[in-house]
Amino acid sequence: MLVYPTATNRLRIIKIQEVWKESPTVKTFTFHDKLCAKAEPGQFVMAWIAGVDEIPMSLSTISSKGLASITVANVGEATKALHQRSRGDILGVRGPYGNGFTLTNGNIMIVGGGTGLVPLMPLTEKIVKLATKISFLLGAKTKDELLFLDRIEHMLSKVHAEIIATTEDGSYGLEGVVTDQAEQRLAKERFDMVYTCGPEQMMHTMFLLAERYGMPLQASLERIMRCAIGLCGSCVIGKLRVCRDGPVLTSEQLRTVREEFGKFKRDFQGRRIAV
Amino acid sequence: MSGRLITEIAGLKLANPTMLAAGILGLTGSSLRSVVEAGAGAVVTKSLGLKPREGYPNPTVVQVECGLLNAVGLPNPGIHHFSEEIREAKEAGVPIIISVYGYSSEEFAEVSKIATEAGADALELNVSCPHVEETGAEIGSNPELVAEVVKGVKKKVDKPVFVKLTPNVANIAEIAKAAVKAGADAITAINTVRAMAIEIETTRPLLANKIGGLSGPAIKPIAVRCVYEVYREVDAPVIGCGGIMSWRDAVEFMLAGASAVQIGTAIYSKGLEVFKSVTKGIDTYVKKKGFGSVKEIAGLSHRY
Repeated sequence: MLVYPTATNRLRIIKIQEVWKESPTVKTFTFHDKLCAKAEPGQFVMAWIAGVDEIPMSLSTISSKGLASITVANVGEATKALHQRSRGDILGVRGPYGNGFTLTNGNIMIVGGGTGLVPLMPLTEKIVKLATKISFLLGAKTKDELLFLDRIEHMLSKVHAEIIATTEDGSYGLEGVVTDQAEQRLAKERFDMVYTCGPEQMMHTMFLLAERYGMPLQASLERIMRCAIGLCGSCVIGKLRVCRDGPVLTSEQLRTVREEFGKFKRDFQGRRIAV
Repeated sequence: MSGRLITEIAGLKLANPTMLAAGILGLTGSSLRSVVEAGAGAVVTKSLGLKPREGYPNPTVVQVECGLLNAVGLPNPGIHHFSEEIREAKEAGVPIIISVYGYSSEEFAEVSKIATEAGADALELNVSCPHVEETGAEIGSNPELVAEVVKGVKKKVDKPVFVKLTPNVANIAEIAKAAVKAGADAITAINTVRAMAIEIETTRPLLANKIGGLSGPAIKPIAVRCVYEVYREVDAPVIGCGGIMSWRDAVEFMLAGASAVQIGTAIYSKGLEVFKSVTKGIDTYVKKKGFGSVKEIAGLSHRY
């Protein structure tokens, strides 16, 4: 059972240390917070943009030096307001919340799409110390949206690894979707764990592929969140609460939500909408 | 579970006296079932209205000293889009209580009727939400309005009707009396206590709605007092709610007069396992004190 200390759930006001552009639509914001700096890869925080909204955000940096960061795509009202913040501005954070990725050793596949790469960054940072080999597959629509390429190359520079980038328009790397590249490798090689985060359809395809080839998978899901502590029910998928039982769900857990995963989610009213 | 725990509220049979409180999970059939599997004797859904509502923007739930502050804003798909969830929840095999809100007695009655047709085993009228205008506590602070709502609902449905009361009134027993006189089959006490928190660095109220309702350990003594006063004044079962974190808290509510208890905020700190631990603790207490049934401890403290 996951129990949070009260301190975790209490809002802290943090000062933005640095802001940098990851792509034309994505920015990273670094800050100091002891609790976030001790998070597990895959955990998330609730970021409060005072007067606008509070939104769930994966941590893109989890550093032993007390530094953490979130990486945010400008996609809505709250993220637009956040993108206007700069160094020295303040934000509220609470968390970190949820179950992150469980680290495994052996032959590892990591598959990320778009901003789904965010939680995979701290994961990769840790897993390079355990893995015997890492196949890192990342995809985006265009070259502009392909995130963290330098960071991934740097993290994997000293280990046995292969990096495969795909873009849907072919503007960088291989043309096509990342899941096709993943399938080619799953058909030939035995992986001890597949980690994935990205658009739900992509993760759903990865789940089906991993099932077909009999390999274990962990996927980080996204749902509407309000309380982030397992009470309000906004983020439920089947009998699971994404904020509390997830956001990282295992193959075993995903099998229990086959009727929802990759098919529909709940809107703010609790009604079913297609993913 | 032991036979000592079996209880009955307004004809509704419960295998144990714990229920999921309204507003917690309860927006989907599957999540209601997960609470039943965790051991709840009955579940109350999130409040349903006639029309869909999105609720308020975040922050909607805020940690404060000794409790949680919330103003979620009654998000719900509307009763017309909820029957599938009720059907799924009913497969769990325990009573499904639909929490109902409305902006008029006619609306309460209509939502209740649709809920019953969809399979609700009982209704709990939310005349106590502290943070949505023109409904909830604005109705529940006025005994005449409460009576009108209850009468309207009772005319339309033949299932047990619970009325959930707000503690934000001078005399809660007076409201309870009005509800029971109008036909309410049970009283749930209490909803959250109207409250607020301000973040001093930004000088802003923390909740997007500014004002919300306080739940958790902070409100337990208020809730126990309310249950005690209601039990003393009305001849209807009382369901205790407000800050129940352990079996000891549950027993305290029962001694004050509660026939059953509702649990919500404790799920945050104790997980869904709280239903089993509370149930087990009540059972041990009842046995240790030499009673044959949990029903025997309801209102025991009124001897003094």
